[in-house]
Amino acid sequence: MAVFALRRLLSAIPTLLIVTLIVFAMVKLLPGDPARLILGQEATPQALSELRRSLGLDRPLPQQYLSWLTSAARLDFGTSLTDHSSVGRLIAQKLPVTLELSLFAMLISLLISLPAGMISAVRRSTWVDRLLTLLALSGISLPNFFLGILLIYLFSIRLAWIPASGYTSLMENPGRNLLLLLLPAVTLGVGSAAVLTRYLRSSLSETLNQDYVRTAHAKGLAARQVISKHALKNALIPFLTAFGLQLGGLLGGAVITEQIFSIPGFGRLLVDAVFTRDLPVIQGVVLVSAVAVFLVSFLVDLGYAAVDPRIRYH
Amino acid sequence: MTTTLSKPPSAAKRRLPAPVRRFLGNKLAVIGIVVLVIFAGAALLARQVAPFDPAQIFFADLRAAPSAAHFFGADELGRDIFSRVVYGARVSLSAGLISVTLALVFGGSIGLIAGYIGGWLDDVLMRFVDALLSLPFLVLAIALAAILGPSLQNTMIAIAIVTAPAFARITRGEVLSQRERDYVQAAQALGAGDGRLIVRHLLPNISGALIVQTSLAIANAILAEASLSFLGLGIQPPTPSWGSMLNAARGYLTDAPWMAVFPGLAIFLAVLAFNLIGDGLREALDPRSHKS
Repeated sequence: MAVFALRRLLSAIPTLLIVTLIVFAMVKLLPGDPARLILGQEATPQALSELRRSLGLDRPLPQQYLSWLTSAARLDFGTSLTDHSSVGRLIAQKLPVTLELSLFAMLISLLISLPAGMISAVRRSTWVDRLLTLLALSGISLPNFFLGILLIYLFSIRLAWIPASGYTSLMENPGRNLLLLLLPAVTLGVGSAAVLTRYLRSSLSETLNQDYVRTAHAKGLAARQVISKHALKNALIPFLTAFGLQLGGLLGGAVITEQIFSIPGFGRLLVDAVFTRDLPVIQGVVLVSAVAVFLVSFLVDLGYAAVDPRIRYH
Repeated sequence: MTTTLSKPPSAAKRRLPAPVRRFLGNKLAVIGIVVLVIFAGAALLARQVAPFDPAQIFFADLRAAPSAAHFFGADELGRDIFSRVVYGARVSLSAGLISVTLALVFGGSIGLIAGYIGGWLDDVLMRFVDALLSLPFLVLAIALAAILGPSLQNTMIAIAIVTAPAFARITRGEVLSQRERDYVQAAQALGAGDGRLIVRHLLPNISGALIVQTSLAIANAILAEASLSFLGLGIQPPTPSWGSMLNAARGYLTDAPWMAVFPGLAIFLAVLAFNLIGDGLREALDPRSHKS
């Protein structure tokens, strides 16, 4: 197992480096001179070249890339162009908010997809299955910003049960924190739930068709036992890996959800940075997102191999 | 002696190929096609279908509720929402189709080359593809939109870049699985060159998976364009886009909820249609899939 993990890690590193290269190149491709963006239009040529030198912009590109990369490895992502605070600190402040939102969303997603997927697979081809399939497809097709707006209209405006926006930290007031995160988490979780429901349905259906399940039935095991003791465990493995891989989609969805519900998270940081052309922040956010998704995929891969020995030996 | 009477070929009933019959038998898929035709019709015949110009302002009808005069009501500037939704179909459908076509061509080519040639080229290309796949779809699209600037064209490019890696992976997978098949080896033994092999033999056999992926990718692309416009990074006003209409509607939810409902429904139905079609295609083309 350790050898497998090591081999995987070694083969994953080049890909990770390419990720960093893409992020670096993306911002370098931005039109316009960063020095001028910072100092404004009236800056003197001396001031501009001074700034360029201090920012290291006059050095050859490979050198810039390496110094950017080594700083990032030390979690130094530069300074925000808008408020001159450390990008690393901004990210450290906002990321936990998004993580909490994402975890809450993943919980909701599990609560929906596990029963829905199981029922769909067990009652395959009945009207229940067809209804759940249509609901799942609808969940995938519904834009999360539309769902968010609908939820706000229903629960905040018409019913006035939950305030439409705002955020209180978990430390300050756990009750209010969870209340304010409820609608955003549902908004974010529904899409994920829909995808996972379909996944579990197909994975469990396939498992239920296997010979060993037929044997279990033949042995006289009650249907419920067959499902829970044998089929579900095997079907859950690919399901859990799919679950882990939802993180990328959740981060993207969080960007929009945080806009709608005014949550001061990671996603909001990105959108604000895009509008103010705050390049260091954009770079930092995209890099951290990519590394996070990459790490999670890697861990999910390892987890899958740990549970299913066949993977380790190709 | 018995003679078997067989119908002469001209009178023999010509049946549709099995996948087509399977697809048409799938009620949900057919619904998807119907909805798609409606939206396509709206997009192509916008000028005929829409009662008003999408930019026309009716000062007396600010935020008017749906009525006979304005089927979907009017927005905060007094513009007819129905007309704007109809014209918005152009933006969404063209963004979806063009960006996915670009992704299919570029991503598919890369996958084809990687899968066919193999070796170190395959390795390098796929690492690049994997790297792109690591970047969260919307995060990357937003960053690209920021870099390229907000416009319909740049939105399409950004979505194409984000969608291409999936096509590369699928094409490569299909090529790898077909490459070892008997018919390929037979064709090679008969002296078929690479070009002929790819065009006449490989492509027809991998097209099934690609068609399914195309439909699903268009669904995602429409959603992505709407998301980018919602955030203000896509089509700029006054061109109507369902996403930006939804964004504008946020401020008026209390007194004019119809401003949000209709564009939102439009996005939902368009995306659902492509998802239903993609699902139907997958079931129709894959004989191994479990039939419901």
